[in-house]
Amino acid sequence: MKYLPLIWAALGRRKPRTILTGLSIAVAFLLYGMLNAVNVAFNNGVEIAGVDRLVTTGRYSITQILPYGHEAQIRSLPGVEQVAASNWFGGYYQDQRNFFPQFAVEQEAYLSMYPEIVLPAEQKQAFFNTRTGVVVAKTLAERFHWKLGDKIPMQAGIWPLKDGGNVWTFDLVGIFDTANPKDRSQYEMMLIRYDYFDEARQFAKGTAGWYVSKIKNANEAGTLAKQIDALFANSPNETRTDTEKAFNQGFIKQLGDIGLIIRSILGAVFFTLLFLTGNTMMQSVRERIPELAVLKTLGYSDPLVLALVLGESLLLTLIAALVGLGLATILLPGMAAHLPGFSGLTITAQAAVAALGIATLLAIVVGLPPALRAMRLDIVTALSGH
Amino acid sequence: MSEAIVSLRGVSKSYVRGKQSVEVLQKLDLSISRGDFLALMGPSGSGKTTLLNLIGGLDHPSAGEVVVGGQRIDQLSSGALAQWRSHHVGFVFQFYNLLGVLSAEKNVELPLLLTPLSKAQRARHVATALEIVGLADRAKHKPSELSGGQAQRVAIARALVADPTLLVCDEPTGDLDRKTADEILGLLQTLNRQHGKTIVMVTHDPKAAEYATHQLHMDKGRLIEQSANA
Repeated sequence: MKYLPLIWAALGRRKPRTILTGLSIAVAFLLYGMLNAVNVAFNNGVEIAGVDRLVTTGRYSITQILPYGHEAQIRSLPGVEQVAASNWFGGYYQDQRNFFPQFAVEQEAYLSMYPEIVLPAEQKQAFFNTRTGVVVAKTLAERFHWKLGDKIPMQAGIWPLKDGGNVWTFDLVGIFDTANPKDRSQYEMMLIRYDYFDEARQFAKGTAGWYVSKIKNANEAGTLAKQIDALFANSPNETRTDTEKAFNQGFIKQLGDIGLIIRSILGAVFFTLLFLTGNTMMQSVRERIPELAVLKTLGYSDPLVLALVLGESLLLTLIAALVGLGLATILLPGMAAHLPGFSGLTITAQAAVAALGIATLLAIVVGLPPALRAMRLDIVTALSGH
Repeated sequence: MSEAIVSLRGVSKSYVRGKQSVEVLQKLDLSISRGDFLALMGPSGSGKTTLLNLIGGLDHPSAGEVVVGGQRIDQLSSGALAQWRSHHVGFVFQFYNLLGVLSAEKNVELPLLLTPLSKAQRARHVATALEIVGLADRAKHKPSELSGGQAQRVAIARALVADPTLLVCDEPTGDLDRKTADEILGLLQTLNRQHGKTIVMVTHDPKAAEYATHQLHMDKGRLIEQSANA
């Protein structure tokens, strides 16, 4: 610690350069913090998936619709407890920017399969009794200032009404929360009644987008999935059944491998940063050769000089990384407010520790070459100005 | 005769420049007594600074023995030599060589960071050293805020602060005007006479050499004349 003022003073030798380098590092870690939070948010859906739920879709694509008759056949299997037909509604509220997930579901079966969706009993009953009723997540209700009893006009994105109209008017009968507040962003959605949806839509009546099944024993998930698919093998509507986790992963992959995209962006950023910071550190040491020679003259050993230069690199990088992560923490709530489904965006402790690890590694990689140069400095040559 | 604090026997030093080997010091024998103030004089390229570097433990001889304070330093490794320097030698350079980003007191504190002294103890030693060189009131000033003479005083305080056996000065007044140079030389003389510091000083300036107790003249890597000042 007694060398800290010396290291700090060395960083202040060329303040503008140090500040600009620090800002570059801070921006890289700001980007890291934000992209990492997005990645975590994407994967949250995968992590919270129920282990005792299976999802059956068309064999080749999630967009391939399945006959409604599949439901009874799936339910007939001994290991299956409940089945709910589900469909993607794909509309928006007032403006296309106000997009959020809407699902038509078989309300009673669906809600009993998802105990993590917490809805007051009277509102649940209202949903069961009102064909045009919908229930929405608390976060959505807050965002659009909806209250119970409101009529919500939803613009159809895929499904027009049978009279050709494009505006579906629903009655808001319930506002739900999640059992675990951390999962709110994963359930930021509107649930529509499947029976009303199927009756009122213009086409594809009697079909479902997918079926969610609750099974009696999670250990039999693999066997049951095969049994379900076997029911429809060689039919015109073959299926593919996965655990809910695998289904969610597949759904996310349809958008692209988010993790890979994020890692690639961050890789490019940090690779560029290596050169930028490395050049700054080399320049800084080059300019201070006489000063470093004086320290060695005074008795500072080679390893100590190496440690001092590495310490500079470490101090600069860690401070800048903390600034970047701090900025990300401040900016994430604002960003989340504009991204439906991402209300829980946050930098996890694991991501913060990883960031500090990356910062340390960066400091060592960029600091080591100039530190070695400083360590190997020949005092007589350096003092004579050669 | 007083005890020899520096003793060189058969010391040679050569450098390789290109394909040629240049012999800077040739089989040199020298003895400096404790409490001496020695002025090393001679034309450029005579080997004065090389000799000073060997005595100060900054360089190794090509041949011969260098004994300082009873210890053979020519056989020490680079690490051991660094540790030895921190305990036994104080350096004063022509261009002061202070760290521009540090205040005067922080510059003076640099050698003490290598010791186990506490922060408070270091602060006391620094204050005393600055007091000795007459710069107690400039402790917080950075080198850029000091005159040449003041900067050299800070450098002397830095050389003194760890109470070394030997002060090694390379042209300490080479960058100063006559009046300031006399003040610095007077200070070195005081350190020699009143504090008993052994000083080896390289200088081109005959007037500066007059402040020393002994003068030693070199040419082409050899000692050619030794004299005592009145």
